[in-house]
Amino acid sequence: MLTTIYAILFYVATLIFVGGLAYKIRTYFVTPAPLKIATTPAPTTTGGVVFRMAREVALFESLFKSNKWIWLFGYVFHAALALVIIRHLRYFIEPVWTWVVLAQPFGIYAGLAMVGALAGLWFRRFAVDRVRYISGLSDHLMLAMLIAIGVSGLAMKFVSKTDIVAVKAFTMGLVTFDWQPLPTHPALLIHLGLVALLMIIFPFSKLLHAPGVFFSPTRNQVDNPREKRHLAPWAAKLETKAGE
Amino acid sequence: MGEYETPEMDDYAKTPELAPCSMAHSQPFIAAPNHQEDLGFPGELVDNWQEKAIEKFGELLTKYRSLRVYMDGCVKCGACTDKCHYFLGTGDPKNMPVARQDLMRKVYRRYFTFAGKYFPWLVGAEDLTKEVLDEWYTYFHQCSQCRRCSVYCPYGIDTAEISMAAREIMDHIGQGQKYCNEIIGKVHVLGNNLGLPAKALRATLDDLEEDIFDDIEVEVKLPLDVKGADVLLVTPSADFFAEPHIDGLIGYAKVFHQSNTSWTLSSYASEAANFAMFIGSYDQMKQIAERIRKAAQDLGVKRIVVGECGHAWRVAYNFWNTLAGPFDFLDQSVPSPMHITEFTYKLIEEGKLKLDKSQNDHMTLTFHDSCNVARASRIGDDPGGQFFYPRAVIKAVCNNYIDMAPDTIHEHTYCCGGGGGLLTDDLMELRVKGAKPRMEALNQVTENNGVTHMAAICAICKSQFSKVMPKYGFEMDGVVSVHQLVSNAIVIEPDEVEEDEEEADNNGPSDEQIEEREEA
Repeated sequence: MLTTIYAILFYVATLIFVGGLAYKIRTYFVTPAPLKIATTPAPTTTGGVVFRMAREVALFESLFKSNKWIWLFGYVFHAALALVIIRHLRYFIEPVWTWVVLAQPFGIYAGLAMVGALAGLWFRRFAVDRVRYISGLSDHLMLAMLIAIGVSGLAMKFVSKTDIVAVKAFTMGLVTFDWQPLPTHPALLIHLGLVALLMIIFPFSKLLHAPGVFFSPTRNQVDNPREKRHLAPWAAKLETKAGE
Repeated sequence: MGEYETPEMDDYAKTPELAPCSMAHSQPFIAAPNHQEDLGFPGELVDNWQEKAIEKFGELLTKYRSLRVYMDGCVKCGACTDKCHYFLGTGDPKNMPVARQDLMRKVYRRYFTFAGKYFPWLVGAEDLTKEVLDEWYTYFHQCSQCRRCSVYCPYGIDTAEISMAAREIMDHIGQGQKYCNEIIGKVHVLGNNLGLPAKALRATLDDLEEDIFDDIEVEVKLPLDVKGADVLLVTPSADFFAEPHIDGLIGYAKVFHQSNTSWTLSSYASEAANFAMFIGSYDQMKQIAERIRKAAQDLGVKRIVVGECGHAWRVAYNFWNTLAGPFDFLDQSVPSPMHITEFTYKLIEEGKLKLDKSQNDHMTLTFHDSCNVARASRIGDDPGGQFFYPRAVIKAVCNNYIDMAPDTIHEHTYCCGGGGGLLTDDLMELRVKGAKPRMEALNQVTENNGVTHMAAICAICKSQFSKVMPKYGFEMDGVVSVHQLVSNAIVIEPDEVEEDEEEADNNGPSDEQIEEREEA
């Protein structure tokens, strides 16, 4: 019964996550940016823009300029999350790739760092009056959820171990549509349930910042307005000088 | 508008305590029906304004990727919260960029997102009520669209884009702002923000020519509507009458004179400013930009140079090609439009200007990077040229130059407090308080380095500073035009007059030309 519920939950969550995200990304893609609005100084070539975006995504360059504390917590959280996801790849591939095997211990430290950084971000939401002012219920709940995911995951490592061989059988079963029983470990059920919830709300929430940043015109435009005429389709229809 | 006090200057980096609603009373005058209707907007708030506003909002979401992405992308990290000069000057939390954006985002969520439609309490979604509209009018007119927040946002969210969209929506339901919309109407009818007709403009230029002659005993011309001139100078109309702008105009004229550049102003496009940007109207902005194209074609010029104006340079550099291009009829060997500081600096490099730096020795200068030049455009061929050229010109004509603190200049520069369509007396309290961060940075170099004057390359900055600097204990004439400094330093010998005499006869339009313009 529990296996069926969780299996269906993950299929639904995956559909919503992929479908919702694809829909949102398509919306961003088809909506034109009618004017050149790059925040300058901006790169003058496409290669330069790729480099700028890479710095933004890999180093959080703008955030670093703004505030070192937010950068520290935010950066550690995202980097740690990346490592944790790499660690979890072992549940979805067989045999496990060597580099994923090698990354395993780092994944554990990353799990701790992730929860620590999230706690730091949440602390700011209470301690800094400006950030407290702008924090809504959903902002608090999002952090609570991420921390709960991290803590429930760590609990299975450090407090009460679950049968990870069976967990892997379950996850591989999901991938191959050959359902296997899910261990009824409370921390595991919480962990998986919240991950599914995270996937479901992703396309409806501020988590859209992840795909959104790539579409941000202030960051992804080339600074060449005089050299190359930039015209959105709807703006082109306003042109009255056709044929001139 | 009630009484208010000029804030005390602190160390420039100090973040204020939150003072909720402290600027809730600050609103600009609402546009009169005729100002609205001149631009094709409803005269006053329409009956079904809520429905119309949401309809317009939906339309803008499909037309502007910036708006679409920025409505979704904010994670409330707080990076922008201490970056806005209006927040730093007032402490009103709704002047934190993210809080300002949220005034619009909460409506976006309510009407355009799943979460906001079904769980408004969870995501802070709200109906667009009269109170919310009122808040929009208040706080979207406390954003000078300077984009400082966008520099620091990890996703590049630009509050300017959001305040422009909000103003466009408000215009379309009949709640426009008087200052901007009245001015845009004047540009359409008379060619400039001041409503200065061609004859009056020629008379003003004649007076100026006399002033220059009285000063240096050389005839330096200010040509208007000269067909076949090489360079069309498009400059803010404030350069024709306001201080210290006018000294900058004299500076341009002297530069053109000494370099033997054939140039002209246009009475048809006697205005670089394009206030339509401030109200987010692509359509209005396009109409205004097309004047420049027409003027350049009618006069048959080879290139366009833009005078000292911040937002105008943003529109010229970034938008003209889109709005009124392609400018393929101009000389393609030099970029057009070119900024006047690049034009002048290249002449200085080529040794074509004779300069006596000591003429500015009575001053110690610093430079205020104007927001629209610093963060929304470029001067010259390389990124960052917008910081280099104005300083290079200043340093070429002045011996004493000091920069303000690094986190208050270049891309980090503070807005003067009067940009984005807020340079109006009905927002004076906001303007004074919004200038605080810049004033603190200026005060620091005044006390530590003996800075006496701050140069600027923006008509709005200059007007704003001459008004608010006295409130902070600086001299009113503590703000100067960059080309005013050039004007001081440039050495024009009386014997140069001869060769220019013939050209001078062609300067200025005939009466017929002026009448033609006025009829048009």
